[in-house]
Amino acid sequence: MIAVELFTAQNIGFAVISLLMIVAALRVVTTSNVVHAALWLVVVLSGAAAQYVLLAAEFVAVTQVLVYIGAVMVLFLFGTMLTRARIGTERDLNNSYRLLGIPVAGLLFAAMAIAIVSSFGDEELPGEPRLIGVPEISDQIFGPYLLPFWALSFVLLAAIIGAIVLARKD
Amino acid sequence: MMFAASEVLAPLRGGWFLENAWLAPVVPTIGFALIVLIGKRLPKKGSEIGVLSMLVSLVLASGAAWQWIQRVGAANEEQFVAPVVRTWTWWQAGGMQFTIGQHIDGLTVVVLFVVAFISTLVQIYSLEYLRGDRRYTHFFAALTLFSAGMLAMVIAEDMILFLLGWEIMGLCSFMLIGHWWEDGANSRAALKAFFTVRTGDVGLLVGISMLFFAANDWTTTNLGLSGFSIRGISAWALSGEPNSTVILVAAFALFIAAIGKSGQFPLHTWLPDAMAGPTPVSSLLHSSTMVVAGVFLVARLYPVFFTGLDILGPSSNVIMVIAAITIVIAAALAFVQTDIKRVLAYSTVSQLGYMMLGLGAGAWLPAVFHIFTHAFFKACLFLCAGSISHSASHHSFDMKKDMGGLRKHMPITFASWTVSTLALCGVFPFSGFFSKDEIIDNVGANGYTFFMVVGLGGAFLTAAYMTRATYLTFFGQARGASAGEHDTHDAHDMHGAHDAHSSHDTHDTKHDSPHESGILITAPIAILAVLAIFSGLFNATPFGESWEYMKKWVEPRAVVVVQPSAGGPGAALVLSLPEAESGYGDSPCGKETPVDGICYAPQVNHAKFKWSKALLSLALVFAGIAISWLLSAAFYGRRDPRLVGLTQRNGVARAGYRLLANKYYLDDLYERGVVRAVVGPMAQGAYWFNQKVLDGILHGIARVARVVALVVYRDIDQRVVDGAVNASGELAQSAGTTVQPIQSGRVGHYGALLFATAAVVALVFVILNT
Amino acid sequence: MLISQFLILGAILFCIGVYGVIARKNAVLVLMSIELILNSVNINLLAFALRNGSADGHTFALYIIAVAAAEVGVGLAMVLLIYRNRRSIGLDELSEMRG
Repeated sequence: MIAVELFTAQNIGFAVISLLMIVAALRVVTTSNVVHAALWLVVVLSGAAAQYVLLAAEFVAVTQVLVYIGAVMVLFLFGTMLTRARIGTERDLNNSYRLLGIPVAGLLFAAMAIAIVSSFGDEELPGEPRLIGVPEISDQIFGPYLLPFWALSFVLLAAIIGAIVLARKD
Repeated sequence: MMFAASEVLAPLRGGWFLENAWLAPVVPTIGFALIVLIGKRLPKKGSEIGVLSMLVSLVLASGAAWQWIQRVGAANEEQFVAPVVRTWTWWQAGGMQFTIGQHIDGLTVVVLFVVAFISTLVQIYSLEYLRGDRRYTHFFAALTLFSAGMLAMVIAEDMILFLLGWEIMGLCSFMLIGHWWEDGANSRAALKAFFTVRTGDVGLLVGISMLFFAANDWTTTNLGLSGFSIRGISAWALSGEPNSTVILVAAFALFIAAIGKSGQFPLHTWLPDAMAGPTPVSSLLHSSTMVVAGVFLVARLYPVFFTGLDILGPSSNVIMVIAAITIVIAAALAFVQTDIKRVLAYSTVSQLGYMMLGLGAGAWLPAVFHIFTHAFFKACLFLCAGSISHSASHHSFDMKKDMGGLRKHMPITFASWTVSTLALCGVFPFSGFFSKDEIIDNVGANGYTFFMVVGLGGAFLTAAYMTRATYLTFFGQARGASAGEHDTHDAHDMHGAHDAHSSHDTHDTKHDSPHESGILITAPIAILAVLAIFSGLFNATPFGESWEYMKKWVEPRAVVVVQPSAGGPGAALVLSLPEAESGYGDSPCGKETPVDGICYAPQVNHAKFKWSKALLSLALVFAGIAISWLLSAAFYGRRDPRLVGLTQRNGVARAGYRLLANKYYLDDLYERGVVRAVVGPMAQGAYWFNQKVLDGILHGIARVARVVALVVYRDIDQRVVDGAVNASGELAQSAGTTVQPIQSGRVGHYGALLFATAAVVALVFVILNT
Repeated sequence: MLISQFLILGAILFCIGVYGVIARKNAVLVLMSIELILNSVNINLLAFALRNGSADGHTFALYIIAVAAAEVGVGLAMVLLIYRNRRSIGLDELSEMRG
């Protein structure tokens, strides 16, 4: 019974995509080539966009593709190009104390896993989810969450100006 | 109906000033902001705003005091005069309301008036005293905020505002003590004051939190108040509800805060060092603000201490023990100081000990009354010291080196000083007599005979060291700077403030000889001196019941009240006890739980005044003055012709004593003189300091007392207290060195630590919740 | 679909990101690791939005994407500045904060 429910199309899709994401994420933090890391990050971000679709959040998924994969990745590649004369494999990308990260990450994962399993266990997501369209999201943004929106606009403006100030040559 | 005799009493009178007393701290706060923002551009550099805002506060405080007196007068004899309370909610979360507000009752108006009054005078005095100072504007800004902090603490309706005012004062005292921070000693003194008080503040935080968590449920259910409310906490403490351990620990924690702020043993060491600040600051800090805050805390939350520490119980409690130690130790230390301000500082510590002793022994009213009178004469003494250094001794405070014989040159300062000294000593018609004697009297009447003896001994010591200081300053021959000698590196140059400007220097060269200070300095001194004489009459128990104004106006009446659900605040308080007709003195708000209704104030006793007891303490005071005078005259200067009659009995003093220029030679003579004059064995407390220079040849009681004094000073004061301070410093340093490698400056390290900590904390929470 | 599966995926990505922040020396790679962390948060937000049937999660996911864009912009500008001053973007050489 459970086995049958387990192998729905959605679950198979989830398993494949998340496996891909995890492998790609591991490559992002272990590869010795900065450009490769950026490309692996594209894989993770695309996988995340696919997960958003699975979670019935199409608009967010589209934004993810446009903003992250379209704009942020370009920024990353530019940053890499501008700060490194040579693009290619490099040694010395990791700290001497990188092994410290493994127990810390493991500890964090243990804490979160225990919390998630004990709180939600076998709880199912609704099979027929309520569809949340763009109008509803815009109502949210320009309604109850207008103040964060203003703050965010200000942050973006400050970021633009800050980036110009920081990066210009004089 | 159980309350057969219940009656709805007449509604209490209010008034604009009572309703709006909260403006008293708000006005100086605005004044502070204005001084900081535009002070430097004003013609008087912002000082006019400071003085003006304090004057407004004074008017508000006086109005509130007057209307409070009206309110009490209009109420029935047995009626509980409810405080005038106004609150505003500023934060509401999770069913909890945080309010800010005013709580005006007798204690509030007394302290409010004293603080506003003395702050005003001190600011006027500072106009002249700090003229031309490098940070003149900053000084007035800090001084104004300092007063605002104290006023806010005094009117606080809840412990949060109380804490806020308390901390503002701590911060401002740091700024003011370190006003001349260019001198390393000053900034060290400021840091010492700040950290010592801060040590005590931990107790305040712990105490407030404990009271909140312990009292909140009860107060919300029964009174509709939060657990921060002072009324709520008071009623809760007297309701018989609290667990005795909880309230004991809370009271103890709060008392630690009071120890730190009010300079009680063993945290008194910061107070004498705080003399590094300008003299007006010392005056304000030591008379009405800052150090009184600790005493005020105990007086304000008296029910908590009353129940928690079992005041009026059969055994002595921690407040009395600490207070008694403080009285004696501080008075003994005052003998060996050569700095006039340090003598006064130790005197303050000792007098605060009296207030604490009174509170600890159930003498609430005399203690509060002593706050009132002490503020006037101690402020006056400090301002006199400042006047002397300003106009006579070239900014030196050294009594032995730079003063002497000033009474002819500074008649107003001398007269004010004398009056205040007599008030401090507790001589009959002056104010200190009425308050200090009341404390000693009540301590004895409440059954603590030993502490009464300590109080009497303290009165003797007080009279003795103040006489010594008076003699050194105003009598004998002029020495050092006051004799016109110019020291090339006197204190004047060390105060960065005074060498930075030319006006003061010309002022110095023009009047090289000692002279009386200007009107801006003498006027506040004279006003305070007048109050030092007459303020005692506000509760002159010797003159009969009708003179006990303070008792009528200030002491909260210990009656059981039932607050009806409807009706405005204080509009319809119902007196619920038939027996109360025999006077509020018989109400049951003591150790027993009130059967029904609420008590806001515990029942305390009042000693019947007896002239015999007063005469005993007066005799001790006069003995102290006489012995000290004789010794001082014998050792510090040539015998004054007017003293022949007095000195005949002693036979020690001879006209041949000459003034000694050499300090050690002087000490040598003093030493031998004391040895010869050990007729009054208690006099030797004054000279153990000299024993460091010369080997003692003392015998008998003199030797014992010397050893005791030495142990107190060297072992307890210097070694234990300073040692503890130093050890904690070293501990902090070694801990810092140990963990320094963690501060590698590398982002990755920081990130690892951050996430690891978060993970551990998260894991703990997860495990706790599953 | 279980809700836990998305939450666990988020947790895994988050921890990988944390490892990256700690282990990487190159500033650009650290920024990428931070992107991983932000995305894991988004997955959580959207999973809960689906569970509760509310649009709040969507709104905040969008806000996070916008904040991440701003953060990358400023972050890379700083990296560029550091590189210009030091000819290196190794974070372990930036230890002026050492106490």
